[in-house]
Amino acid sequence: MDTEKNPQGGARVFRASAGPHIRSGESVPHIMWTVSAALLPAAGLSVYYFGPRAFLILIISIASSAAFEALAQKLMGAKITVSDGSAILTGLLLGMNLPASAPFYLPVIGSAVAILITKQLFGGLGYNIFNPALIGRAFLMASFPRFMTAWPVPQGSLSLARPDAVTGATPLGILKEEGYRKLLSHFASRHDMYVQLLLGHRGGAMGETGVIALLFGAAYLLYKGYITWHIPVTFIATVAVLTAVFGGDPWLAMLSGGLVLGAFFMATDYVTVPQLKRAQIAFGLGCGIITALIRLEGGYPEGVCYAILLMNCFTPLLDRAFRPRKFGEVA
Amino acid sequence: MKTNFMATSYKKLILNGIFSENPVFRLALSLCPAVAVTTSVKNGFLMGVAVLFVMTMVNITVSLFRNLINPKVRIPAYILIIATYVSITEMMMRAYSRTAYKQMGLYIQLIVVFAIIISRAELFASRNKVLPSAADGLGMGLGFLGALVLVGAVRELIGNGSIAGFHITHGSPLLIMVLPTGGFFAIGLLMGLFNWIDQKYYGGRPGGGGGGGHH
Repeated sequence: MDTEKNPQGGARVFRASAGPHIRSGESVPHIMWTVSAALLPAAGLSVYYFGPRAFLILIISIASSAAFEALAQKLMGAKITVSDGSAILTGLLLGMNLPASAPFYLPVIGSAVAILITKQLFGGLGYNIFNPALIGRAFLMASFPRFMTAWPVPQGSLSLARPDAVTGATPLGILKEEGYRKLLSHFASRHDMYVQLLLGHRGGAMGETGVIALLFGAAYLLYKGYITWHIPVTFIATVAVLTAVFGGDPWLAMLSGGLVLGAFFMATDYVTVPQLKRAQIAFGLGCGIITALIRLEGGYPEGVCYAILLMNCFTPLLDRAFRPRKFGEVA
Repeated sequence: MKTNFMATSYKKLILNGIFSENPVFRLALSLCPAVAVTTSVKNGFLMGVAVLFVMTMVNITVSLFRNLINPKVRIPAYILIIATYVSITEMMMRAYSRTAYKQMGLYIQLIVVFAIIISRAELFASRNKVLPSAADGLGMGLGFLGALVLVGAVRELIGNGSIAGFHITHGSPLLIMVLPTGGFFAIGLLMGLFNWIDQKYYGGRPGGGGGGGHH
């Protein structure tokens, strides 16, 4: 803000530039890299459980996402912005959504769909309607159901050479096909089941099993203020409440599947979710309802991915619906 | 548009429907069947041939009767003309290819409300003489046929590893491409390719397509 002489007279006027005037010093790259770092404990845990193959899949997924981002930007004659970390984060999230037994070309195809189609064709970072990593996952799920429903069970180490080492159903898969009693029989007690789920000792996508590590990373992001509680808490609570109302086990519902990963790391993506707090609560509510609906009544055992993608469609509408009224504005 | 057409003009009219005003890729009309029936080259081809026949015949008929139809009732009149030729097509198909009819019978009936056919009747055939109208219908029909075969080929190749029934690739294909989602992916990407070629080599402007969302 600077002052200058009023041309008409002696009084001084203030000339203000357009807002924002207070800057936090945060930047997109800084946030992207921090979120990626917050995912590292969970990624590390998955490598510990699923072995070196998991590590390789994560690396392939990240590298191909970065490569497709650079390729797309080069083809379109835009500035190459791989270093902003957004493509790397997409690659990491996509990798964490795959089973460790997936063939190595799966993350490459998934990255191509996520980066080239979902992100760059819609205009790049900030313009995509849908979460790129989730579209990548949904695309692979529809294309390769055989690979995408064979979830390796943690065995210590899965050898690099044999993709079909030991696979089994996820807890939600068992719940859907064989019922709660059967699922419980895999564990010593109900308490033991919760502990095992928290620690991630179960079949599933690489990044969704280590719930404790995910919560650790999420807590850091909440502490830093990069994500707020509105969407994740509403999302998870809605699933728990609905599951309990319809006679399920709410703790199992919260700890199993991709709920924690999805709620804290994918339903909080700045680009594809509403910005207003009340709209975010509606968004979380919608995600929770759709997830519970798919889990309890749908054909798939898990619905977090589709729930977030469906709610992504409503983001502009929600932001508009909850837009604060100007004082005196007539609806 | 009332001009005297010469041989080159007919060629131009036909090419217009195939390339610069391709119904699917440029006008973005009749995208619904372009997504629904193009899971393979064969299905795309059959649908395309049916539309080619109906389109050409409708353009000729509408042009013949253009001075007799009261403008106030022209749309119902066009629909009746279209429905006549669609019924002929449907009966022919039912008589000679029952398996294809079982697969596509519903979509064949839907040709009655295809936006591309009624729009050519309204925009071209009702204002032009018979031969130019026939050429326009032929060009548009060929453009539609070509587009459906192209989309069908892309989807069949990626989604099933074959083209027109001949297996080409090994390994697991991208199943999604033969699902409805894959139709949107294939048409969107091919349309992008068309726009890109147009911009790069013919200096066309992006956009091109008109109102989508019709049948």
